Amino acid sequence: MAIIEARNLTYTYPLSEKPAFKNVNLSIEKGEFVLLTGPSGCGKTTLCRCFNGLIPHFYGGKLEGEIIVAGLRTVDHPIHELAQHVGLVFQNPENQLFALNVEKDVAFGLENLGYPRDEIRRRVDWALKVTGIYDLRSKPPFELSGGQQQRVAIASVLAMQPEIIVLDEPTSFLDPLTARNILEVIYQLNRSLGITVVLVEHRLDLVARYANRIIVMNNGEIIADGEPRRVFLDENVKLVGIGVPKVVKLYLLLKEEGFDLGRVPLSPEEAYEAIAEVLAHDRG
Amino acid sequence: MIEVDNVYFSYPNGVEVLKGVSLKINDGEFVAIMGQNGAGKTTLVKHFNGLLKPTRGRVLVDGVDTRHTTVAALARKVGFVFQNPDHQLFSETVEDEISFALRNFGFDEKVIRERVNWALNLLDLTQYRKVSPFMLSGGEKKRVALASVLAWDPKFLVLDEPTIGQDSYQKEKLKQFILHLNHQGKTVIIVTHDIEFVAECEPRVILMANGRIIADENARDVLTDPELISAASLVLPEVTQLFMRLNDLGFPRKVISVYEAKRLILERLRQVMC
Ligand SMILES: Nc1ncnc2c1ncn2[C@@H]1O[C@H](COP(=O)(O)OP(=O)(O)OP(=O)(O)O)[C@@H](O)[C@H]1O
Ligand SMILES: Nc1ncnc2c1ncn2[C@@H]1O[C@H](COP(=O)(O)OP(=O)(O)O)[C@@H](O)[C@H]1O
Ligand SMILES: [Mg+2]
Ligand SMILES: [Mg+2]
Repeated sequence: MAIIEARNLTYTYPLSEKPAFKNVNLSIEKGEFVLLTGPSGCGKTTLCRCFNGLIPHFYGGKLEGEIIVAGLRTVDHPIHELAQHVGLVFQNPENQLFALNVEKDVAFGLENLGYPRDEIRRRVDWALKVTGIYDLRSKPPFELSGGQQQRVAIASVLAMQPEIIVLDEPTSFLDPLTARNILEVIYQLNRSLGITVVLVEHRLDLVARYANRIIVMNNGEIIADGEPRRVFLDENVKLVGIGVPKVVKLYLLLKEEGFDLGRVPLSPEEAYEAIAEVLAHDRG
Repeated sequence: MIEVDNVYFSYPNGVEVLKGVSLKINDGEFVAIMGQNGAGKTTLVKHFNGLLKPTRGRVLVDGVDTRHTTVAALARKVGFVFQNPDHQLFSETVEDEISFALRNFGFDEKVIRERVNWALNLLDLTQYRKVSPFMLSGGEKKRVALASVLAWDPKFLVLDEPTIGQDSYQKEKLKQFILHLNHQGKTVIIVTHDIEFVAECEPRVILMANGRIIADENARDVLTDPELISAASLVLPEVTQLFMRLNDLGFPRKVISVYEAKRLILERLRQVMC
C-alpha cells in the first residue's frame, strides 16, 4: 500500500467560501522523492498540512474525501501521533521554533518520544552538523538570521528521521551552497534509508535532479504528475509556467530553433554531455 | 545617495556582526547584496532606513546621518520590505495594510484610493482586497508587503529577499517592474539568495562574508568567479556551470544568460552543420 494516499480530497479553510484544493487524488509510494510545485496560492502548503494532520486537527475547516498516511487515517489520529511518522518543515521557519536555544529545539521531538540520552545526543549532533549550525547550538532562535532559523527547522526534522519528510519551500532562506548541501543530505537519507520525501519548491534548478516525480498544481487541482523530463514538456504545465531549471529552458529554446538535444537535461552535466555529443556527431 | 562609512555593528548580546563595511550607492543604481546565511546582509540593509544604528562609523542617506534623524522620517524616503513578511504585516485587511502608511504620510483620500488600487493590481492582489493578510499563502503575503511599500513611492527601495515564495510568473513580473522602476531612476537594493534571478537582472553585485564586503562588481564578473562564489557560499548559475565545462570545446566561460547561451550554441551548431 502507498505511504500517502489521498482520494477525492477537498479542503476548505474555516472562513473561506472556496476550497483551497479540490478532488485531489494522489498516491505516493514508500521511498519516492516527489517534488510538488505550482503557482503561488495554488494549495501546496495546504496539501502539506494534510499530510501531518495539522489539517483538520489544528486548522479546522471542512475536509472531505479520504487521506491515509503511513497506514493511518489522519482524521482519526492526533497530530503528535502522526508526528512520529511525518516530519514537516514549515514554509516560515520562525513558526516552528519555540525552545530557548537551537539545541533544545532540535532535541525536542526525540525527547518527547523518550529516546535514550546518548541516542538523542548522537542524532542531534549529527543534524546540527549536516545543516551547518553546530556552532550556533546554544543561541536563542530569535538571535538568528532568517537562513539560520530555517536550518534549525530542517535539523529538527532530520534528527527525527521519520518515515516521511515533507519540506515546504525549505531552501527559500538558505544561501545556495547550504541549500545544495542540505538537499544532498536529504537525498542520501532518501536513498539509504528509504525515507519518503515530499518537497515543495519553485526554484527547480536546485531540486529537479533529485526527484523521481514532479506533481504540478494549479488553482487547487493537480494538473500534471509524472517523471520530471516528461512533466517539463507537458503542454498544460507550459501554460501555467513553472520555474524550470535554466538548462531545461536552454533545451526548449534550442528546440524552438529546430535543434533537438535528445533527452531533456536535468543538470548542467547532462546538458554538457548532450551538447558535446551533438557537436562531435556533426563533426564526424 | 546612500553612504556607508566604515560601519561596525554589534547586537545587544555583544557579537560583532558588521566589521568595517564601507560602500556607496548612487541614485538610480540597482544593487544586489548576496552571501552566506548570517553574513550580515539583513543587518546591513537595516542601517539604510535607520532601523539599526552603527556602533561605530556612520551611514548617510542623502547626506543625513541616520543617527541624527528618526526611522519615521527616513521611511518616506527609504521603503523597506522585510525578509519575513510576518514582521511587517499587522492590518485586518490587505487594503488597510496598503493604505496605512499612505495615511500616515498624509496623502489625501483620493490619492490613497488610487495608489491602493494601483498596487493591488500591480501585484495581482485585487481579489484579496478585503481578506486578512494572515490568511494568505507565503508568496501572497510577501507581495502584500511589497505592495504596501511601493504604494508610497519611496526614493530608495530596499527589498530583503523579494523572490521568496514567488512562482516563475510572479518572479518574471517582479523582475520587469524592478527593472522598469530602475530605468525611471529609482534606486533599488535587493538582498537575495536567488542566483538565477540575479543572473537574469544583471545588477551591481555586492558579496558579503562574515560581516565584511568581499566583492563589489558587475553581475557577470562576480557570478562567473568560482573563488568568490564559494567564498560567499553561493553556487555558479546553471548556465555558467555548463559553459565552464563547454570551455574545453572552445566556448567562452563567462556566460550567465540563457539567451546568450542559446546564441553561442546555435552559432556553433550552424557552423559545424554547413
Ligand atoms: N536580533 C539579533 N540578536 C543577536 N544576533 C543577531 C540578531 N539578528 C541576527 N543576529 C546575528 O547576526 C548575524 C548576521 O545576521 P543577518 O540577519 O544580518 O544575516 P543575513 O546575512 O541576513 O543572513 P540570511 O541570509 O540567513 O538572512 C548572524 O550571525 C545572526 O546570528
Ligand atoms: N490559514 C488560512 N486560512 C484561510 N485561507 C488560507 C489559509 N492559508 C492559506 N489560505 C488560502 O488557501 C489558498 C492556498 O494557499 P497555500 O496552500 O498556502 O498556497 P501555496 O502553498 O501553494 O502557495 C490560497 O488562496 C490562500 O490564500
Ligand atoms: Mg506555500
Ligand atoms: Mg537576512
